Amino acid sequence: MHRVAIVGGGTGGTVLANRLADELQPEIEAGEVDVRLITADEHHVYKPTFLYVPFGKKTVDDAKRPIEELVDRRVTLTIDEVTDVDTERKQLSLAERATALSYDQLVLATGATLEPEAVPGLAEGGHHFYGPDGAEALRDELAAFTEGHLVLSVVGVPHMCPAAPVEFVLMVDDWLRERGLREEVELTYTYPINRAHGLEPIADWASDLFEERDVNLETFFNVDEVDPDAEVIETVEGKELAYDLLVAIPPHRGSDLVTAAGLGEDGWVDVDRHTLEATAAEDVYAIGDTADVPTSKAGSVAHYEAGVVADRIASRVRGTVPTATYDGKTVCFLEAGMDEATFIEFGYGEEPYVREPSTPLHWAKLGYNESYWLTARGLL
Amino acid sequence: MSNAISPDVTIDSRGATCPGPLMDLIGKVKTLEPGTVVELQTTARNSTTDVPEWLEEAGHDLLEIEELDDEWRIYLEVN
Ligand SMILES: Cc1cc2nc3c(=O)[nH]c(=O)nc-3n(C[C@H](O)[C@H](O)[C@H](O)COP(=O)(O)OP(=O)(O)OC[C@H]3O[C@@H](n4cnc5c(N)ncnc54)[C@H](O)[C@@H]3O)c2cc1C
Repeated sequence: MHRVAIVGGGTGGTVLANRLADELQPEIEAGEVDVRLITADEHHVYKPTFLYVPFGKKTVDDAKRPIEELVDRRVTLTIDEVTDVDTERKQLSLAERATALSYDQLVLATGATLEPEAVPGLAEGGHHFYGPDGAEALRDELAAFTEGHLVLSVVGVPHMCPAAPVEFVLMVDDWLRERGLREEVELTYTYPINRAHGLEPIADWASDLFEERDVNLETFFNVDEVDPDAEVIETVEGKELAYDLLVAIPPHRGSDLVTAAGLGEDGWVDVDRHTLEATAAEDVYAIGDTADVPTSKAGSVAHYEAGVVADRIASRVRGTVPTATYDGKTVCFLEAGMDEATFIEFGYGEEPYVREPSTPLHWAKLGYNESYWLTARGLL
Repeated sequence: MSNAISPDVTIDSRGATCPGPLMDLIGKVKTLEPGTVVELQTTARNSTTDVPEWLEEAGHDLLEIEELDDEWRIYLEVN
């Protein structure tokens, strides 16, 4: 019996498990292969929904479905937390299971962890829309916010969905206009490097829009500390910025599991950027946010990587040489307001081209979000 | 080779694409005492412009940029 273990039932892990169930159907049915998905949460969470929660357009419940409904019945589903990875003995320890689980091939798809506590005062002073509780608290705060200075600060890089902070600012600008409050609110966007975004074409696009929509842009802005009582942000560069409502993208890190297993620093797994195989251990792969590859931490990346790793694992199972590789393909829809969006696509070493935003692209983004559940099932 | 500068801290950001090396540097500098000499190793050409610009902004001193084959070593002193 060849045992494939996948840790993490988010976008990457779920797509991968379903792909493997499909590709290895004959072997699974013959009892030669076991595909097991181990995930800590009995719900699958589709995080892009959180962007719409602060504006009352979606609820936190819209973002989740029972994982059981999404995973092919040929996959062995285990709801438990993996507490230790032993790549020498090829075993996983689980929180609620006394005996360790052995694997022949392992895929880590444990995602990213938010760490607001890494910056003093941030957890107390800042809001965010990167998780269910944060998004709901921000929704209530925004509903009551009628005047003052709203600051969107990108504190941590890398973070999930590099486009989301820009989208949030453009959406809040539009939302305040619709409610007749824009004149009463000053908007500022801050970014750690010398432009508005890591990718130059997006930085240029966003800077032009910010100017058009009267959004202040602060660059080289690295938050050192937040004073929640005085409502002031202090930066490493020695700047101070006063806010009334702070929406901050908190620092991210990977999983302690990864660090403890010696698979990578800061919890991100060091992998070959094309094969997605861990550099520090045999028969270990990483996909999605946890894999340290030079592209965005995005669901589309997790999805494409899952396809590649499914092919590579299937080849190994069949004793053939794996040839599928990941070329860095990344696709993102970007909201440019409440009813317009654009779309970008790029691979390793390529610069994206930002199209003119349009209403059809906004509907395409919302449509994709709805059809996502089919994607997770491996049907799209 | 730069023999004159012996760094107290070395940051290896080789292989990381822009703005990775700059972010590695900023993260580290936050934790260092004034007077500390840092060596940043990078393979991203952009670092040779981004890093000096940030040092100027943040008030740290650029000591030297050394070019090797497809790699750069940026030396600075924390203020
Ligand atoms: C507000 C917001 C908007 C976004 N918008 C977009 C967008 O428009 N487009 C886009 O492409 N991406 C977007 N993203 C990013 C996208 O959601 C992530 O990149 C994607 O979810 C990554 O998938 P993943 O499988 O790596 O991790 P996740 O989907 O985060 O899943 C990780 C899973 O691992 C499980 N897990 C973790 N540790 C353990 C353990 N020790 N044992 C067992 N299970 C464990 C977790 O419970 C979870 O189920 C957005 C993200 C946010 C926050």
